Amino acid sequence: MAEKKATRMGYGEALADLGSKYDFFVMDADLSKSTMTDLFRQKHPDRFFNSGIAEANMMSVAAGMASTGTPVFVSSFAMFVCERAFEQIRNSVAYPHLNVKIGASHAGITVGEDGATHQCNEDIALIRSLPGVTIINPADAVEAYAAVEAALKIDGPVYLRLGRYAVPTVFDKETYEFRPGEAVVLEDGSDVAIMATGIMVAEALEARRLLKEEGIDAAVINVHTIKPLDKDTIVKYAEKCKYVVTAEEHSIIGGLGSAVCEAVAESCDARVLRIGINDEFGHSGPAGELINQFELNGAAVAEKIKKFLGK
Amino acid sequence: MEQNLQKKLETAANNIRILSIEGVYHAKSGHPGGSLSIADIMAYLYFYKMNQSSSDPKDPDRDRFVLSKGHGAPALYSALALNGYFPIEDMKLLREKNSYLQGHPDMNKINGVDMTTGSLGQGISAACGMALAGKTKGKSYKTYCVIGDGEMQEGQVWEAAMFAAHYKLGSLTVFADNNDLQIDGNVRDVMNVHPIGEKFKAFGWHVIEIDGHDFDAIDAAVTAAEKDERPTAIVCKTIKGKGVSYMENEAGWHGKAPGKELYEQAMLELGELVL
Repeated sequence: MAEKKATRMGYGEALADLGSKYDFFVMDADLSKSTMTDLFRQKHPDRFFNSGIAEANMMSVAAGMASTGTPVFVSSFAMFVCERAFEQIRNSVAYPHLNVKIGASHAGITVGEDGATHQCNEDIALIRSLPGVTIINPADAVEAYAAVEAALKIDGPVYLRLGRYAVPTVFDKETYEFRPGEAVVLEDGSDVAIMATGIMVAEALEARRLLKEEGIDAAVINVHTIKPLDKDTIVKYAEKCKYVVTAEEHSIIGGLGSAVCEAVAESCDARVLRIGINDEFGHSGPAGELINQFELNGAAVAEKIKKFLGK
Repeated sequence: MEQNLQKKLETAANNIRILSIEGVYHAKSGHPGGSLSIADIMAYLYFYKMNQSSSDPKDPDRDRFVLSKGHGAPALYSALALNGYFPIEDMKLLREKNSYLQGHPDMNKINGVDMTTGSLGQGISAACGMALAGKTKGKSYKTYCVIGDGEMQEGQVWEAAMFAAHYKLGSLTVFADNNDLQIDGNVRDVMNVHPIGEKFKAFGWHVIEIDGHDFDAIDAAVTAAEKDERPTAIVCKTIKGKGVSYMENEAGWHGKAPGKELYEQAMLELGELVL
């Protein structure tokens, strides 16, 4: 877990590499050097199209391109590619079930200094409500890289949630096999099951380490695919541990926390603690400091879990 | 235009009008006014211009059509039915529960519908996407799109206009159905979209302004569009409700179905289907 790298880097590198192997288009809305689609543009300029700062149009253009049989990746910050263009995603992409893959970078509060207008903490909630859209929230750059190829192989829309902030690399690029829809049990445990997604996976692993020192045995499950949700694994661990904690860099409303609550409430008796952004807007600051301030770091997660378990 | 072709297109347009009214009447809802205003454009495209066939609806080289003003679905469905994409009798299933003839066009339910539309402003962008994909892959197909004048109040239309000119989408031809009416009244009163042609010109488009019910003018405009490297906007002055006297130029017939008596009157005015 030495190297730190942002998930958007894995995304951009994968696009550039896979562009030589697969036929697809890439679009961006004037943020290609931030979303990293510029890496694709440099290698495959004839298949890259900038829409300018016009995300709504970009989304529907991508739908039209995809209708001709070639998949399209569209990228911008999550705030704009998801939230501004949400109705275009709904009606131009999701309803016709077209092969548009949305690479939404700069998700969550770790956008940092840009502040609340750019900190997207609601996108999972929004996209999760759309039938037939796969949501993948990679934990690190290795998983993000793998998710791009997986997205190409999925028939229909895919939402890839990516971050700006460099996070610890959890997986080994050489050996990691990414399977969409299958939650990954990274660490087994019996006292509490931490179900984490995106950059919170590394924090969950740190929380587990800290809890272990205090005699608490926490399982850590990487829920990289939020939709379709791996209910079997989630319910299995809820039944086993009886205490479930969700960890996400997203509002506690509508995201992984809600999805897990729904799955657990329908199937078994377990208590769920949702860790995330507590129904508030973010603000400016260095990403790492915001992680601490919003109590999303491993130590804060561990503290919350101890309280949750009454210890 | 040759007299035979003129006659053929007049018949096709009248058939489209008859079936549109049939559909809306049986559905007891729908949008007759804006279906009738585009009937001549649809007849020209589907009975003369477009390279499309119900025997190979997914042909990758076919010309594309996007009804960005998706509420004009009855006119599109009528053109498709008359071209053999589905039985003409099914027009009576328009908007029924479990019918494939949805209130707005659904590309996954009906062969021949190239893009799902209904939310205004999005179809013209999708048409840009089709034209851009075709251009990039060296395809020779054309992309046609019909937008409404009220629809131009959507900002996305102008994002698409900028995009099409920027990427020199010469294979894209957009018909602007300027019937001057929208649900709440005259477009000039609700939110003025005029001057339409000047706006597209300013965005870098090739613009032609015509009478949208004149086949010679439509043909001349489309022929000119084919010779121009820019995307073309054909601003069509049309009459909402054209062909049914009591519907003509009446905003009230934007989204309502005629009752039995008015339906019969419409059928008397339009006459019989000629197949």
